Amino acid sequence: MIDERSIAAAKRAQTSERTRSESWLWSQVAVLLSQIRSMAEVFLHGFRRRETIQYPEEKPYLAPRFRGRIVLTRDPDGNERCVACYLCAVACPVDCISLQKTEDETGRWYPEWFRINFSRCIYCGLCEEACPTYAIQLTPDFEMSEYDRRNMVYEKEHLLISGTGKYPGYSFYRVAGRAIGGKDKGEAENEAPPVDVRGLMP
Amino acid sequence: MPIYVDNREYPAAPEKNLLEHCLSLGLNLPYFCWHPAMGSVGACRQCAVKQYRDERDTEGRIVMACMTPAAEGLRIGLDEPEARDFRARVIEWLMVNHPHDCPVCEEGGECHLQDMTVMTGHNYRRYRGLKRTHRNQYLGPFLNHEMNRCIACYRCVRFYQDYAGGDDLRAFASHHHVYFGRHEDGVLESEWSGNLAEVCPTGVFTDKPFSKHYVRKWDLQSAPSICVHCGHGCNVAAQERYGRLRRVVNRFNGDVNGYFICDRGRYGHGFVTAPTRVRAPLLRTGNRELEAVGVDEALHAASEMLAGRVIGIGSPRASLEANFALKRLVGDDAFYMGVGGPDAAALEAVHAIRTETATRAPTLIDVENADAMLVLGEDVASTAPRMALALRQATRNRQKAIASGLGIPAWLDQPVRTAGHGQLSPLYVATPVPTRLDAIAAGIFRGSADEIARLGFAIAARIDARAPGVDDLTRDVSELAARIADALASASRPLVVSGVSIRSVAVLEAAANVALALGAKLGRPADLALALPECNSMGLELLGARSLDDALEHAERQPIRAAIVLENDLARRMPRAALERFGERVEHLIVVDHTLHATARAADLVLPAAAFAEGDGTLVNNEGRAQRFFQAYVPDGEIRESWRWLAELARRRGIECGWASLDDVIADCAASSRRLAPIVDAAPGARFRIADRRIAREPARYSGRTAMHANVDIREPKPPEDPDTPLAFSMEGYYGPRVPPALIPFFRAPGWNSNQSVHKFLDETGRALRGGNPGVRLVEPGADARRAYFEARASLPPSGDALRVVPLADVFGSDELAALSPPVAERIPEPCVVLGPADADARGIVDGMTAEIELGETSLALPVRVVPGLAAGTLGVPIGLPGMPFIAAETAKVGGRGTAGDPR
Repeated sequence: MIDERSIAAAKRAQTSERTRSESWLWSQVAVLLSQIRSMAEVFLHGFRRRETIQYPEEKPYLAPRFRGRIVLTRDPDGNERCVACYLCAVACPVDCISLQKTEDETGRWYPEWFRINFSRCIYCGLCEEACPTYAIQLTPDFEMSEYDRRNMVYEKEHLLISGTGKYPGYSFYRVAGRAIGGKDKGEAENEAPPVDVRGLMP
Repeated sequence: MPIYVDNREYPAAPEKNLLEHCLSLGLNLPYFCWHPAMGSVGACRQCAVKQYRDERDTEGRIVMACMTPAAEGLRIGLDEPEARDFRARVIEWLMVNHPHDCPVCEEGGECHLQDMTVMTGHNYRRYRGLKRTHRNQYLGPFLNHEMNRCIACYRCVRFYQDYAGGDDLRAFASHHHVYFGRHEDGVLESEWSGNLAEVCPTGVFTDKPFSKHYVRKWDLQSAPSICVHCGHGCNVAAQERYGRLRRVVNRFNGDVNGYFICDRGRYGHGFVTAPTRVRAPLLRTGNRELEAVGVDEALHAASEMLAGRVIGIGSPRASLEANFALKRLVGDDAFYMGVGGPDAAALEAVHAIRTETATRAPTLIDVENADAMLVLGEDVASTAPRMALALRQATRNRQKAIASGLGIPAWLDQPVRTAGHGQLSPLYVATPVPTRLDAIAAGIFRGSADEIARLGFAIAARIDARAPGVDDLTRDVSELAARIADALASASRPLVVSGVSIRSVAVLEAAANVALALGAKLGRPADLALALPECNSMGLELLGARSLDDALEHAERQPIRAAIVLENDLARRMPRAALERFGERVEHLIVVDHTLHATARAADLVLPAAAFAEGDGTLVNNEGRAQRFFQAYVPDGEIRESWRWLAELARRRGIECGWASLDDVIADCAASSRRLAPIVDAAPGARFRIADRRIAREPARYSGRTAMHANVDIREPKPPEDPDTPLAFSMEGYYGPRVPPALIPFFRAPGWNSNQSVHKFLDETGRALRGGNPGVRLVEPGADARRAYFEARASLPPSGDALRVVPLADVFGSDELAALSPPVAERIPEPCVVLGPADADARGIVDGMTAEIELGETSLALPVRVVPGLAAGTLGVPIGLPGMPFIAAETAKVGGRGTAGDPR
């Protein structure tokens, strides 16, 4: 028995069949248009300024804060900035920095040796962030590929540069209250002259 | 008794202050001047909390937690904004003059001031004025001084002066100029100065030898270890970096050393890295010099040397396992302890006293709680410094008792001193030469060993009439004996201290008699502390071995193919002539040791043994406590633990020990004797795990893992395996409050990077680590005590022209190994003999003169120091100082042909 409800359902099915085929047609048209537009865009790009450069003949511009090869810098007086505080080593998430503290005869700390294993380094810059003396800095240089991993191990003589890097004026020992050669007690910034402990004045 | 902290109820005990309570409850409350061993002074104002009258009180008031006793229903607010702000302001104020040199400060990373600054939240400097500065001082080979970092908490002088009795470190000047140092540059004299590096909450005093090869605390690989420089057995942590032992620090054990170790223990580890170190097997072929050879060649040569009659000479400074392995290798009959003559006799006497009498070896806490003390014969301050420091604390018990009667709690340091009016619990010192304890002694007796023994017997007889006494005492001596006896007998926790450095069996037996007499009076075994010279003297005695003299006799009786000497320099144990004779009778001498000493230089084969930080083992201290020490790192070269060398030699001799790991040796050693059976429990075995993990020797922040070996091999090596212990040579593994006390490699807790973090590992009483202080006592009194009293046998020998020799111990020089450590070597005095003024006058000798001393067969030219107070007829002769020969002579003659030196 055919009731009204089933007739209505059959009609609805027919209608949806028709609309489906119509929408399919329209979508094909849209695809076609999109492809034409893409081709036009690609074609137009041929007349734009080129982003790709001819590396290595041509070098890219890298911002000063680009995180590449790590260097150890010197303070404005030309002395090693690194005081061998070990903070870079402990900050390093891949543990690729190791060093040993030593001291000169005037009490100034510096690293006896300093080693970075660049084959492990992930150039995250945490060492630079941890460094209290601006000694360790990441530079805009990434060209350090090697065929032999062993050549990626940099010792202090490979890391130490002769300049101050990104922070020209800073010298840790001018701020910190430890006496070293050429800077006695009381001669750092914001320091009063040493106290005479035998003085009787209040 | 409940107290309320931030409206939460906690249990509390009335005898403690609020700061102690908060820390025991695991709450983080900043503090500086309070120290668990030194009590409260309320100087730094850092531990401020808010105290409320009751639950209706909303105002409250700021109080110092360290100065406020816990009381029933007390309500405090730790987290109150006002209290938090107060604490942050105090830190800010303390930091006003701080020099901001943390990167170049040795304390950085384990600095209490850093921890507290972070904890209070002070992070930005607002003060724009000038910082006051100070000049530093030279303080000797042990400590660096950087006064700018000082926050004036007064802990240094309170420790050095009030706690350890030093008098050359003081506070100078006033207000913010206050200065802590000596009156002028110079060596800090006290043998406790090294603790200032741990006591100072910031970097004013730092460890100087460590600074020379400094690394941060988080980079150190550590293992629980035991100090090897005297018989007291202080718990230490040995810490390594880049394959080199860097430092030794205190490791809390309330029963043995508490918070402090002496400078001999802290700085004596230099022998491990000294040039005298043996790192490869050394073999002599023909008459040539010793040459480094490979392991196979050395073992092959050894097995040839061992074909025949072999004897073994053990050592009181080698582990129980090493001695046991040697005993297994040579057999019980051919095993001799590496101690001879008077030293062996004294050790035998100690063994007899410990095992046959009803006397008890006191723990550190027992010593500190004593209320009357007698030191008989032993210069404890030089031979067992930690015990002397505990005796020093015990003398303050009278002050504490007086204060307690007035309602002043014991932790309130300054009021206790004021109430006590400088009164001290009685400490009697009877020694041949002046000691550093004399200044706090109620009575002093000077005499030769026999005179001291007679005094001891007289005291015992006076306390208990059944004890054998001595007659013909002079009136003075018998009066003193009566005075001492009355003081001891009226005490509730009397303590007798003696030791073997005086080399007198009579003195030891007299001390035992006093303790036995006291025991009879008290109705329980009385405390008798006996100081032993070396880290395993007691263990060697318990293992059972005959004297070195018997070995010589054995060699005389029949020729010997080979003698194996274990970690022992026989030149320190017997006269040169006897040693030469022994060398003639023994075809091959094999030495297993870490140091190239005189005996090793004369050997045919030297096998490189692991030093304490490079191996594992068990040592028994003078309390009879078996304690395990653990390997901190794997050394370079062909270094192995002595027991491994000996087990290999045994295998080549056809004796299969079947030892794969230390646990097997320990199990066999424990099975060999009833007394040694408990050593298995000294620490968990190698299979112990926490949540399936080993315990990490390295902190979680350990750095440089992928760079430290990169210059050798770009591939990171696998961490060394450790078959002997449950610790791992890695940062991977468990570290936290659940580490068993015997296995704690270092102390650290979240927010607490300094050694103050130890309180996170202590139980509520602050006396023991959570889970009990490490070590097991092997000798308990009474089990088979069969001896009532020793016979009083000291008769005074006729005094002729000869002087009685009394051995002099030096806190830095008398230990063979510590003397090889460069900073300790700087503190060793030149050898000199000591003479009383009357004897010096009689011989025409003035202070500083060099005289010819005849000691039995040896004759020495030594400077003479004239010391007032030395007993007439005695001559103090230094024993064991570098450059001094072995001396066994009981009498000496001082030659008349003295030459004038520079009189001092």
